[in-house]
Amino acid sequence: MSQRSITGAMLLVLAAAAGCKHQPATASAAKPTATGAAIVESSGGKQLGPTGTTLKDPIIVQVNDDQGTALPGALVQFHGPAGVHFEPAEQITDSSGQATATVTLGTIAGRYQLTATTPGKSQPATVQLTEIALGYQQQLGFVLADKYCNRCHDPESSAERVSNYDNLEVKPHPFTEGDTYNKMSDADLLAITQHGGPALNRSALMPPYANTLSPSDLQAILAFIRVVSDPPYRPAGTVYAQK
Amino acid sequence: MQTLKKYLVTAWQTLFGGPIRAFGVVSVILMLALAIAPAKDHFSQWHGYQRGYLKLIADRSDALSLRRRVIPGLHQIWLPELGVVDRCTTCHEGLKEATLADVPYQPFRKHPAIPHSLENYGCVTCHRGQGPATTVIEAHHSDRAGEDPILPARYIQSGCGQCHQNSLTGTPQLNRGRDTLASYGCVRCHAVNLPGGATITPTDNPPSLVHLADKTTREWVFSWIKDPQAYAASATMPNYKLSDADASDISAFLISSSTPNPGDTATLVTASAKPIDPSAGASLYGESFCATCHAVTNAAGNLVGGNIGPELTRIGNKAKPEWLQAWLNDPRSYDPASPMPHYRFTPQQVATLSQFLLAKSDSDFGANVHLDPATPAQITHGRKLVAELGCAACHQINGVNKPQNYAPDLSRIGSKPLTQLVFLPGMDQTLSTYISAKIKQPRAFGPGLKMPQFTLSNAQNDALTTALLSLSDRSHALPAKLRVTAVPDTTYQPAGHAGKLMTELACFSCHRINGRGSDLAPDLTWEGSAVQRQWLDSFLKNPNTLRPALIRRMPRFNLSDADRKELTDYIMVAYQSPTIDPDTAPSATNPPATVEHGRQLFYSKYACQSCHIADVKTDKGYIGPTLTQVGSRLTPAWIYAWLKNPQALRTGTLEPNQNIGDDDARALTAFLMTLKSSGKQEKK
Repeated sequence: MSQRSITGAMLLVLAAAAGCKHQPATASAAKPTATGAAIVESSGGKQLGPTGTTLKDPIIVQVNDDQGTALPGALVQFHGPAGVHFEPAEQITDSSGQATATVTLGTIAGRYQLTATTPGKSQPATVQLTEIALGYQQQLGFVLADKYCNRCHDPESSAERVSNYDNLEVKPHPFTEGDTYNKMSDADLLAITQHGGPALNRSALMPPYANTLSPSDLQAILAFIRVVSDPPYRPAGTVYAQK
Repeated sequence: MQTLKKYLVTAWQTLFGGPIRAFGVVSVILMLALAIAPAKDHFSQWHGYQRGYLKLIADRSDALSLRRRVIPGLHQIWLPELGVVDRCTTCHEGLKEATLADVPYQPFRKHPAIPHSLENYGCVTCHRGQGPATTVIEAHHSDRAGEDPILPARYIQSGCGQCHQNSLTGTPQLNRGRDTLASYGCVRCHAVNLPGGATITPTDNPPSLVHLADKTTREWVFSWIKDPQAYAASATMPNYKLSDADASDISAFLISSSTPNPGDTATLVTASAKPIDPSAGASLYGESFCATCHAVTNAAGNLVGGNIGPELTRIGNKAKPEWLQAWLNDPRSYDPASPMPHYRFTPQQVATLSQFLLAKSDSDFGANVHLDPATPAQITHGRKLVAELGCAACHQINGVNKPQNYAPDLSRIGSKPLTQLVFLPGMDQTLSTYISAKIKQPRAFGPGLKMPQFTLSNAQNDALTTALLSLSDRSHALPAKLRVTAVPDTTYQPAGHAGKLMTELACFSCHRINGRGSDLAPDLTWEGSAVQRQWLDSFLKNPNTLRPALIRRMPRFNLSDADRKELTDYIMVAYQSPTIDPDTAPSATNPPATVEHGRQLFYSKYACQSCHIADVKTDKGYIGPTLTQVGSRLTPAWIYAWLKNPQALRTGTLEPNQNIGDDDARALTAFLMTLKSSGKQEKK
């Protein structure tokens, strides 16, 4: 519980410090014709992209009325920390009750908490989406993990690649599994990637990579694991900024 | 007047009435004058930031150690070799402090981990901006002539590209941009000379138009040049926004300039003895793995297949039946440089496949195109347009020479002075915005501009802009010792009849041998050391897939027995690794105890079953090749050497080097050599 509240506080601090500056609304002739009761995410959350770039997929949110059906004509505003750019930042939901915006991430690597708001009947309804901006090292780790690790660690198959996850007797932990990874120290994780699962009394199905990848490559994969883990990784013993 | 004079006299008396008083006053004025410089420093912007930094670290538990590393005053990184005079660290004080990685804003946050040090490379080398400036505006946003503003973060990989001409794992965007420069034909019109003299070679394969009239109709050419993406969404040919009249004239000229190719007008083989089974075409298309190179838009609207060859969704609208059959029969007769293999189809197969492909047509495409017969005036005008638009920069056209220096040289586009650019109204006046907008909509910058409209995604546009920004003045001025050049493809060409066969089968379109070729399929440089002769022979006869989860596969060619023997012999002799000595390798037959030891190592110590299948009943590994018949496929010498160090035999291969000792490697080899095929070739 305390971990959660610290996390929450941290995100607040981040948002406050970043100034919560949102883009000036683009002049749109359309006026909202409806007021929603709730807003939910349709797609576009949990994406990864290098710092400062536009995310591959747009974020799509849906406004619902009291009955939970999609509501066209409601106003939706997107907000994010400084540096995040929405196109458009303010719009009216379309005929299927959805609002779509492309997101350009800020220049600082890490987690971005984005908010979509619609003015409700009594108070505004909001939904939060998390996107992750990758710095150089995390980006390198992302590429390496995609080549060497995801074939087993990612349970999802794609059109180009069938996942090996289901074929393994002992299931590997997906990198987003923060509950597992956050408990392990950098040294332990590095030991496993370098010397294989048996180094920490884990499964031999995890092979050693010390002779295949350079130390900086292994460090990059570690940095990638740390940035994608959910709940977010908070190294012990670090002091966080007060302001 | 009187009052003013009286007032001045009184003031003079008060200040300089006596020598002591005058001395005091002068001293005070002097002291104030001397205080101006320190005061200016104190109230300067950077000093404000330095105070802010002290305040930030004061509350932290590691305040003492952080404060110990604070150096007051202006900081400067001076690197004469790189032309760097950077005072950025004056304000950006936390760049090297590991514990400040959680500060959510600059200038106090730690710099993200990169492979280079601040002291040796400075800041402006990658980020641009004005290093010597001491105010935020001047350092970040200067737009004066000859000065650079800070580069937007989305293009930061262009910094890496200034030295690294090779492909870096950590810069996918830059790599993609360079690939796009080569694969969209940019470098066919624009010269790009990299620092050090290398150039970017185009990797696209624009078809020769020398025998165009054999292949297609004037109506199709008209529709295609009007809007290539209407024919095939994945087409890389840009849209020249031609008027109907111009497109009609160009199509008239291209068709009239075409010369007949004797092979293309051969009689059709539709009149074959056996009737064609309608489903046979689809299965032949599948069996021949056409989709490894060609894509087709399926019913759901998704593009399925590779991008080595052109998209075939509407091939029936384009290809003349005679030509298509001649092409399937032997692509090299029409285009000697084609990357398509010569499959050696039987006449029956050619008929089946061409019928299947011709059915892929769209009755809406080009439905309203009706062209009057071409007049000589149209053809003359068409030729003029073809020369003006630079068509011959990509395509070979009879009677039109390849234009030289057709488009502006882009070798230093990444530092083009802003004074030489014409911005659109309301546009951000920076180089990156200009390049990006110019690629996106070239004709928006003036109706007379020749650059055509490319169809690029936003990500491709960003990638291209990144690659172009890396072609900066700095990249040319950097010391040569910092330059990391790319290793260009070799011009390796195997000799003799086998070499001719390999060209015909287009092996290099998928495989890499001795530094030439693509990386779609395994590198075959040491294939002769790796495989057993008998296996190779039967594989060429009937390729079966080695990896269970692989989608793109080796096609089956109808090679004659003599040709297959020739090719097998050549591979077995020419592609031998000097590091593998069959004489010192473990033998193929071993005592049962060694084999059993190897089996145990395979399943427990090295857990090979996570990626490989040695026994179909128990193993499920989907990543590496299936090993159920590896004893009939690979040589013991290769298996042993591979286990010891896979990357030494194939750079970048996925199998991790597990640092397996001699004894273990021998035992594993002994076990793997017992996994033989049952004798009969497995049916596909």
